[in-house]
Amino acid sequence: MSERAARGRARRPPWALLAAGVIAVAAVALPLAYLVVRVGGAGGDALDVLGRARLGSLVLDTALLALAVTGGAVAIGVPLAWLVTRSDLPGRRVWAVLVALPLVVPSYVAALTLLAAFGPRGMLQRALEGPFGVERVPEVYGFPGAFGALLLATYPYVYLLTAGALRTADPSLEEAARGLGRRPLAVFGRVTLPLVAPSVAAGGLLVCLYVLSDFGAVSLMRYDSLTRAIFVQYRSLFDRTPAAVLALVLVVLTALVLVAEARARGRARVHRTAPGAPRALTPVVLGRWRWPALAFAGGVVAFALAVPLAVLGYWFARAVSLGTAIEAAWGPALNSVAISALAAGLVCLAAFPVALLAVRYPSPGTRGLELAGYGANALPGIVIALSLVFFAARYASPVYQTIGLLLFAYVVRFYAQGLAATRAAIVRVDPALEEAARGLGRSPITAFASVTAPLVGSGLLAGATLVFLSTMKELPATLLLRPIGFETLATEVWRATSVGAYSQASVPALLLVAAAAPFVYLLTGRRVSELAAHD
Amino acid sequence: MSRLAAATFLAALCVPLLAACGGDDALTVYSGRSESLVAPLFEQFSDETGIDVEVRYGDSAELAATIAEEGDGSPADLFFAQDAGALGSVAGEGLLAELDSALLERVPERFRDPERRWVGLSGRARVVAYNTEALTEDDLPGSILAYADEEWRGRVGLAPTNASFQAMVSAMRLQEGDERTREWLEALAANEPRLYENNLMSLEAAASGEVDVALVNHYYLYEVLAEQPGAPIANHFLESGDPGALVNVAGAGILVDSDRAEDAERLLDYLLDEGQPFFAQETAEYPLVSGVEPSEELPPLASLQGPEIELGALGPQLASTLELLNEVGLTP
Repeated sequence: MSERAARGRARRPPWALLAAGVIAVAAVALPLAYLVVRVGGAGGDALDVLGRARLGSLVLDTALLALAVTGGAVAIGVPLAWLVTRSDLPGRRVWAVLVALPLVVPSYVAALTLLAAFGPRGMLQRALEGPFGVERVPEVYGFPGAFGALLLATYPYVYLLTAGALRTADPSLEEAARGLGRRPLAVFGRVTLPLVAPSVAAGGLLVCLYVLSDFGAVSLMRYDSLTRAIFVQYRSLFDRTPAAVLALVLVVLTALVLVAEARARGRARVHRTAPGAPRALTPVVLGRWRWPALAFAGGVVAFALAVPLAVLGYWFARAVSLGTAIEAAWGPALNSVAISALAAGLVCLAAFPVALLAVRYPSPGTRGLELAGYGANALPGIVIALSLVFFAARYASPVYQTIGLLLFAYVVRFYAQGLAATRAAIVRVDPALEEAARGLGRSPITAFASVTAPLVGSGLLAGATLVFLSTMKELPATLLLRPIGFETLATEVWRATSVGAYSQASVPALLLVAAAAPFVYLLTGRRVSELAAHD
Repeated sequence: MSRLAAATFLAALCVPLLAACGGDDALTVYSGRSESLVAPLFEQFSDETGIDVEVRYGDSAELAATIAEEGDGSPADLFFAQDAGALGSVAGEGLLAELDSALLERVPERFRDPERRWVGLSGRARVVAYNTEALTEDDLPGSILAYADEEWRGRVGLAPTNASFQAMVSAMRLQEGDERTREWLEALAANEPRLYENNLMSLEAAASGEVDVALVNHYYLYEVLAEQPGAPIANHFLESGDPGALVNVAGAGILVDSDRAEDAERLLDYLLDEGQPFFAQETAEYPLVSGVEPSEELPPLASLQGPEIELGALGPQLASTLELLNEVGLTP
C-alpha cells in the first residue's frame, strides 16, 4: 500500500488531466467569485445593506427555522431508527422502508400538499365551510407551514444516518449494559445514543444545510428566510445590490454549517473503525409500548407520505371530474428528464478529472483542488442563479437565457455530489490493473479506456443517477435561469401553487414523485450525505 | 447495438432542448401582464401575421429591473407593462425608442408618455373590492388612507409586489408627500394585512371571506364572477382625487436596441386595433382608442377622477417606491 502510494507520489499527473481539473474547478468557483466582485464593487452601498436592522431579523428567522427543523428531524428520526433496528416493533422491516420513502417528496411539493390540505382554499376549509360554517382554519402560512413542510421532507436524512449507524454499531456494549441490569431506556441514553451521536449530528447538520438553502417551501409558505428575501428583493427592487449582499450572507452561514458537518463526519468515522462482530442484537421487547410505537411510526408515515399522496390525488381527481383543463404536463416532464440527464452527464464529466487527480496523484495541490470542488456545496441554488444572471446579462449575453447557462448552474450546484460519487467509484479500482495493461504494451489512454473505465462505470452511473434526481427537483436556479417558455415539472408546480391552483399543481407534482420513486432503492442503500440535494 | 441505442436515446433527449434554444428568430415580449389574461392575444397575432412571439411573463417592476440590468444586451423587443410607472422607469434609463405618431395619437394624451416613448393600451381603476356578506357599501370609507385604521386590522388583503399597487403608492407620494405615505404604509403593514402573490388571489380571498376588503384593480371582479357566479363580492370606487382612485394604464414601449422593431410596431399596432375590443370584453378594462366601448357594467371612464397626477410622473418614482415598500416590511 505504502509502496503504491509512493509510486503515485513520484508520478506527475499528465498535463491535460491537470488542465481539465483546474478548468472544472475554476468554472465551479466562478459564481461565487463574481458574487464577491459584484458586492465588492457596490462598496458603501453593500455596507449599508449589512447595517440594516432587517438583515438581523432575516438571519435570525433563517437560523430559527433551521434549528427548529433540525431539532424536529432529530426528535422524529432517532426514535424511528431505534424502533426499526433495536426493538421488536411489528413489521419493522416494512416500516424501515416506509419511513424513508418521503425522501422522494421535494420540500415545495410538501408545501403544496400542506397548502392544498390546510390552506385558505384547501380541502379542510372546503370540508368545514359547508356543514359547520367555519370561515377560517388556523393559519398555515409563515412559520408553521414552512416548519411542517421542511420537517416532512428532511427527517429521513436523520433517520437513515442514525439507522445506518445503529446497524453497524458494535452490539457488545449494549449487551453488556443490559447484562448489568440497565433498563432499555437507560441503555439507550447511556450507551446507544453516545455510540451513534456523531451520525445523529451529521444527519442533523445535513438537515440544517437543507433548510438554509431551501427556497421552495419557505417561499410558498411566505416565511421570510434569507433565500426568499433574496428572491423577492431581486424581483422587487431596481437596485440589486441588496440581493447580492444577502446572497453572500447566506453563503457564509452555509459554509459555517458545512464545516461543522465535516467535523461531525470526521468524528463519526472514528467510531466506525471497530464495528465488532456483525451479529444482531436481541431486540428489545416493547410489550404494551408496542401500540404507542406503532402509532408513532404510523403517524409519521401517514403525515409524511399518505396524506401528501392523498391530497395530491384528491386535487387531481377534482380537476378531472370538474373537467378543468389540466395543462399538459408532458412537455415539462420531457424537459425535466432531458435537462436532468444532460446535467448528470456533465457533472460526472466535470468531476472525473478532479477525482482522478485526487485519487491517483495525491499531492497538496490535487487535494486542494478536490476540496475546492467540495466547496461548491456551500452555494445554495438561488445564490448560483443570482450570480449567473448578473454575470451573463453583463458579460456573456450570448449565453444569457439559454439552456447552456442553466446546465452550467446545475453543474455548479451538484458538482460536490458528483465528485463524491466519482471519487468513490475510482477508489475502488486497483491502479495495478491499469499498470499491468500498460506493461502489456497499451498506451496510457487505451489502458485507461479498456481497463479502468469499465470498472468505474457502475459507480459513475450511481453518481449520475443521484445528480439526475437532484436536478429534477431543483427549483430556484431553474426559475431564474430558464429560457423563455422552458418549463420543467418543478417550475410548473411552483407556478400553479403560488397562485393557489392546486388542481393544476397536482399533475406535475405527482409526476415528480413518480419519477423519483424508482430511485428509492438507491436512496435507502447509499451514503446519505451524498443525497442531500436541496430544492 | 446497445451503444447505438444509447446514442439515439441521448440524441432524442436533446431535441426538446434544441427546440427551446432556437429562439432568435421570434419577437420577444416581456409581459408584466399575466399569462392567463393576455396569452390568447399574442396567439391571435401570431396566427394572423405569421410572426412568432416569445413571451417572458413576470411582475412589471421585476421585468423593468431586468431590462435595466440587461441594458443594451436585452433580448426584449417589446415591453408590455401593467402600469405606467414601470414603463416610465425603463424609458427613463433611455432604453425605450420614440414611437411613431401613427401609433401614439390613437389614444388620448392623458394615457400616453409626454415624451412619446410608451403608449397606453388599456385603462384600469384602483378600487376597494369588498365582501358583500361582511360589509355594505356604506361601511366603506371613500379614501384609501382610512384603510390603515385600527378598525381594519386583519381585514385587508393586498399584493405588494403588484405594479398597480406600487403605482398607487407612487401616486400617493406625489400627492400626499413621502412622509405621509410612509406613515400610511407603516400603519398598513402593522395592521396585520394579508399579503398575496397577485391581485386575483387578493380578490378571491375577499370573495371567500378570508379578508373583508382587497386593494385591487377594477376588472378582476369580473374574472372571479365568471368563475364563481353569485360570489359575494363587489367593487367600491373611491372618491375623486383620492390616490386610491388612481386611473392607470397597461401599456407598451419598444426597446431602443430591438433588432425586430418593425415586428414590434406591428404588434403594438395590433394591440391598438384588434386588442381594444379584447381588453373591453375579455378583460373588462377600459379600451383607450375612441370608438371602442367598455363593458356596460363599468362606470364611464370620464366619471373616474383619480389624483391630479400625470401618468408620466410615476416612472421616476418607481425605484424609490420599491425601496419604501421594502423598508416598511411589506416586501421581505
